[in-house]
Amino acid sequence: MTEILIKNGFVFDPINKIDGQKMDIAIKNGKIVEKVNEKDAKIVDALGLTVMAGGVDIHSHIAGSEVNLGRMLRPDDHVKDVVKKTAITRSGTGYSIPSTYVTGYRYSKMGYTTVMNPSMAAMKAKHAHEELNDIPLIDKGSFTLLGDWWFALENIAKGNIEECARHIAWMIRATRSYAIKIVNPGGLESWGYGRNVHSLNDQVPNFNLTPRDIITGLAKVNTMLNMPHTIHLHTNNLGVPGNYKTAIESMQALEGLYKDDKPVGHITHIQFCSFAGDSWAHFKSGADEIANYLNAHNHMTVDIGQVTFADTTTMTADGPFEFSLYELGGHNKWVNSDVETESSGGIIPFTFKRKNAVNAIQWSIGLELSLLIKDPWKLFMTTDHPNGGPFYHYPRVFAWLYSRKAREATLKNCNKKAQRKSLLPTIDREYSLYELAIITRAGTAKSLGLKNKGHLGVGAEADVAIYDINPETTDIAKDYKPVRKAFGHAIYTIKDGEIVVKDQEIVNVRPGRTMWLDVQTKEPYRINEEMKRKFKEYWTVEFDNYPVTDHYIKVPEKINIEASV
Amino acid sequence: MITITPKKEFTVPIQAECINADTFTGKTIEEIKKLTITEGKETITLNDAFNITEDKTTKTPNITLTGDFSKVKRIGQGMKTGEIIINGNAGMHTGEKLSGGKIIINGNAGGWTGCEMKKGTIEIHGNSGDYTASTYRGTSTGMKGGSIIIDGNVGTNVGCYLQGGIIKIKGSAGRYLGYHMSDGAIYVEKNCASRAGAFMTGGKIIINGTIELMMPTFTIDSIKPKVKIDATQNAHGPFYVFLGDIAEHGTGKIFALKTTNPTLATYETFL
Repeated sequence: MTEILIKNGFVFDPINKIDGQKMDIAIKNGKIVEKVNEKDAKIVDALGLTVMAGGVDIHSHIAGSEVNLGRMLRPDDHVKDVVKKTAITRSGTGYSIPSTYVTGYRYSKMGYTTVMNPSMAAMKAKHAHEELNDIPLIDKGSFTLLGDWWFALENIAKGNIEECARHIAWMIRATRSYAIKIVNPGGLESWGYGRNVHSLNDQVPNFNLTPRDIITGLAKVNTMLNMPHTIHLHTNNLGVPGNYKTAIESMQALEGLYKDDKPVGHITHIQFCSFAGDSWAHFKSGADEIANYLNAHNHMTVDIGQVTFADTTTMTADGPFEFSLYELGGHNKWVNSDVETESSGGIIPFTFKRKNAVNAIQWSIGLELSLLIKDPWKLFMTTDHPNGGPFYHYPRVFAWLYSRKAREATLKNCNKKAQRKSLLPTIDREYSLYELAIITRAGTAKSLGLKNKGHLGVGAEADVAIYDINPETTDIAKDYKPVRKAFGHAIYTIKDGEIVVKDQEIVNVRPGRTMWLDVQTKEPYRINEEMKRKFKEYWTVEFDNYPVTDHYIKVPEKINIEASV
Repeated sequence: MITITPKKEFTVPIQAECINADTFTGKTIEEIKKLTITEGKETITLNDAFNITEDKTTKTPNITLTGDFSKVKRIGQGMKTGEIIINGNAGMHTGEKLSGGKIIINGNAGGWTGCEMKKGTIEIHGNSGDYTASTYRGTSTGMKGGSIIIDGNVGTNVGCYLQGGIIKIKGSAGRYLGYHMSDGAIYVEKNCASRAGAFMTGGKIIINGTIELMMPTFTIDSIKPKVKIDATQNAHGPFYVFLGDIAEHGTGKIFALKTTNPTLATYETFL
């Protein structure tokens, strides 16, 4: 393997507390090392450039059944963004739901090297892994939807958390997954009967438990299994005015589980659950309340789910939410699917418009949250791709965060009512490059428990992004446009010690790894006859064919975890 | 005037969006010959596939195509000004996204002719294919303005997602005429197959012949002696006026000629 020496760059590495110091980074055998022999190494001149670890995205729908259904639903999305092949890259299409290869190329061009696929129905896991195999240049992992998984609900209802933990460990292995995802707990099960749950205390049909029980039960399971990430929660009442109360209640429900300074929960796309007001007409921001809560508590992390004003495609396992969006959005074409007993799903094309009061307020909420939550280690940058906007719009979001001028430029083109309601004019904070490195790589890697990613310390994986930003000569808040462009087009991206992007172009295509957890419980989970009987009766897939087997994953990275049960 | 004739009979489709008055303007004949097109998967120059000559004495039309162009797609795509005459059949997507100027086809036109056009005129002195004056697959924004006049018959889904402009069909129309249309007008001089106006929310469809089947989601409103097609032309009835598509809370109108549609007489009891 090649040795690389990145010389004289301004390094931003928050995990190792390096804030823009000019230093060299040495790479050997795919890892960051203390030093390399300068004569043998390939020298990358980073003089006047910004060097960061490769980006780590905590939540981006890049593969799986819902993504592919979205692709099929939207030929109109592909036609406006056709990507031609080059000597080494393959052709594809983009816009809001890029094809697999294009997804990999575009992430890599932005300097991202790890992306988490946050919503995988267990039954569709094989499909998700097949698509992940085809996404080059980035490492990935998937979160299995377990918030409405029958066997988990049964065990939690019986108070049998240890048995539930053993079962979940088996499920994580059977689906080759990285974390526990909970979407609208109880709501998806209710949706099977045309109903939804509207508070944390509503009863889930046919199960003697409430969404609160599911969240706390699975959070306990998560701790017992020593999972690297926390539970990944999409709250109840998502996208409903006044739902910030539900989000706060969900966080309060987890307060008691916090110990050893380790977060116990992650609320994803928090922008969509920070709505105040009692109706769409009185819609306003609940960012202040959410931020106050998060500033006073340390047991949660969140990601934004920022709206970027794009013609995008919303997709989530939250079927009832997509139904309400269909009703709201003027009966556009849509998909609402029922993943048998396990989950639901919905897909609707949606255009977020500056001139629409609700959309503009949503845009404002995302930024308000990012700026009002003081500790950047608690909040991460996402657009909930493709729900808030496609992932390659991230540089726009960065600009709104590091430049007040950029925010003002967009705000003045927004709906007048939204402008009056926005808190943004009262906020002076501007992110530094150091803070940006936290919310895009260091913080996300820490939250995901990826010890060798998100930093440039010795022993870390050699995933590096180099951007054309000179922090000494550029005032990023003032000259936000060139910096925004630089974040969209990395000068170099290095993946596992190989240069994959050079001068903004892909120069080397290599597959990324699929990370999955092998959680070893002290007492192995025993598949009982009752479970097999249920599979026979209620599932269309035979139990024996259900688990994902090794050959489904081209380049696996198995992570062994010792559980405490 | 540039004259283009095919050098051979094409066996695979040719994508030739560069055959366009805007692209040709300001270019010498040598430059025009070097414009690239694709034949199947191969990229070739215009000169490889066509004989190109220039007549400096004539200014209009800007381009004349003579011969069989039924395998040549996207002629005049996105054109803003100028005139193209095609003496022969034209391929798919001719005049797609047209935003001005004029295209005359002295032959048959393929599918998606005038799809998503905004302005300008297309005259087809022959038949036209499916999805004429409609929208790209999956898109909900169709033709927005301008006019298309077809001397012959048209295929299915003509004028789907129509949002403005006028389509005059002097022959018969296939199924799903004006599917999802929200504005604009479609005039059919002869017969019309079933499901005309399905999902329509506005605009009007005038049928001077027989309509195969009136959708059950349309309700009779009145009988009118005549109806305006556009600023210059009226259709003389009497016409049954239907409102729909009720399933979409639509207020579109279908005018069906009374004399040629005796089966619709039963609706008169609801007036």
